[in-house]
Amino acid sequence: MTLLEVQRRMAHAILQPLTGSDRIGPKTDAEFIKPNDRLTAAERLEIYSRSYWFRVLDSLYDDFPGLRAVLGDRTFHRLSRAYLTECPSQSFTLRNLGSRLEDWLRRNPKFAGSRHALALDMARLEWAHIEAFDNAAEKVLGPEDLLELGPRFRVRLQPYIRLLALQYPVDDLRIQVNRASDERGAASNAALKQRHRDMTKRVSSSKSEQIFLAVHRLDFTVYYRRINAEEYRLLSALSDGKPIAKAIRRAFEDSSASTEQQRSMLEKWFAVWAELGWLCPPARRKQG
Amino acid sequence: MPANRFNAFTDHGIGIGLRIPHYAHIFEKKPVVDWFEIISENYMVDGGRPLATLDRILEQYRVVQHGVSMYFGSAERLNREHLRRLKTLVKRTKTPWLSDHLCWGSVDGTYSHDLLPMPYTFEAAKITARNIRDARDYLEVPIAVENVSSYAEFHLSEMTEWEFLNEVVERADCGILLDVNNIYVSSKNHDFDPYQYLNSVPAERVAQIHIAGHSKFKKYVLDTHDHPVIDPVWKMYEHAIKRIGPTATLLEWDDKIPSFDEVHAEARKAEKYIHAPALVAL
Repeated sequence: MTLLEVQRRMAHAILQPLTGSDRIGPKTDAEFIKPNDRLTAAERLEIYSRSYWFRVLDSLYDDFPGLRAVLGDRTFHRLSRAYLTECPSQSFTLRNLGSRLEDWLRRNPKFAGSRHALALDMARLEWAHIEAFDNAAEKVLGPEDLLELGPRFRVRLQPYIRLLALQYPVDDLRIQVNRASDERGAASNAALKQRHRDMTKRVSSSKSEQIFLAVHRLDFTVYYRRINAEEYRLLSALSDGKPIAKAIRRAFEDSSASTEQQRSMLEKWFAVWAELGWLCPPARRKQG
Repeated sequence: MPANRFNAFTDHGIGIGLRIPHYAHIFEKKPVVDWFEIISENYMVDGGRPLATLDRILEQYRVVQHGVSMYFGSAERLNREHLRRLKTLVKRTKTPWLSDHLCWGSVDGTYSHDLLPMPYTFEAAKITARNIRDARDYLEVPIAVENVSSYAEFHLSEMTEWEFLNEVVERADCGILLDVNNIYVSSKNHDFDPYQYLNSVPAERVAQIHIAGHSKFKKYVLDTHDHPVIDPVWKMYEHAIKRIGPTATLLEWDDKIPSFDEVHAEARKAEKYIHAPALVAL
């Protein structure tokens, strides 16, 4: 047996789902492992298998607290096991473990039941949060650069900014989940139970409401900034590499705002974006 | 004076692992620490708080990189994207050497995020040494390879773990990060004499030493890094230092992390041994 064959056999054995009682499957191929006087070959593999599953489940648990609140711990756990079975990590870092969760959940609505749309929005927001936390920040377009903006000029958004069009106001819910988590250490059991009931109530009463968000960071902290539909469309068009004039046309395509109102909005937006450092110079084209 | 040609950093003394719960204490109190070991993967990102924090640490402290997912023992070639990111970080930290484990953890593009044990075969030694050489050539920094704790052995193995370690480091011509606690843990799990292991390690290749705590279960011992170092491990450390000479030493504490002062005090217990006179005959 070659090294590659051994490694494939062992990976197959330890990455297969654990049983309901967190044991390695009874039919696991463990013949290539030596038993000792205390542990069978399968039990030795089980140490690795349990370690693998606890590690990846914990990682997803930590990264998606909002989705947990939406689904409840038990459903979230079921979803996590199914997702990780179908989409095991393909990156050297656990940071990327949830990168395919939204797509997977879209294809597997049964894991979220009647809260599918809400769960999808929360998964999108929480992945955007991870990207906003540590994606690159590039050189900012300064006020003097912005003065020279012409209709054909292109700008880019900071790589850490994520623009989301959502059906539910999951930003509020996520902020409340964070707050509850921060307070957990100091709260009594009774207070914790009450908070859990409040959270469940809040999730159950979440009503559909179209919102637009820019998930960004400032001073290394991630924020969710609500934006209106026109600002969302303009930022999306700029992010797609459209020249400024074209992006502005797209932003106001279906808008009822008057020309004066549009001018006022644009002035305000560009001032805010400059202050937040959201705009970067266009990428240089490679020579040759 | 370096103790050996892979240990040009004897003056590094005793370091501790840089961990998030200690950031505030470090920035506020600026404790005197010989050096910090960072987990490379925590900083192989493109921006944000992790890199900003690292830069603040680099302004005041010496930093050595320790990796957990290069997987030198993988049957496949090293991941180029991983190496590219690692090299960017090496340039940032100016790490004097870089360590990772004698293990594997991914196959066919799927990652276990674990330090999986090697079958001790000549084929595996040859492939592992090739991967270490590839990493060293690309990263342009000395590499030390660390022995791992293990809980399983393969029928396929053709030699002992220490023979395998020697085979790999000779073929790769690299240094060793000798984890004394890992030897202890594996010796309990596989019923071998840990001193036979220690005495078989080529002292002239040891660039760094790790010490840590572990957890004992009914049928096996687990390398958990969540306890103080136990006396038998300190005794092994004392023995190792006598064989090797003063060597940069690091305490690992990764779970149930106590206060900075407690971790630092535990690490500084190594001072009692680190300057012990080396044995003349190795």
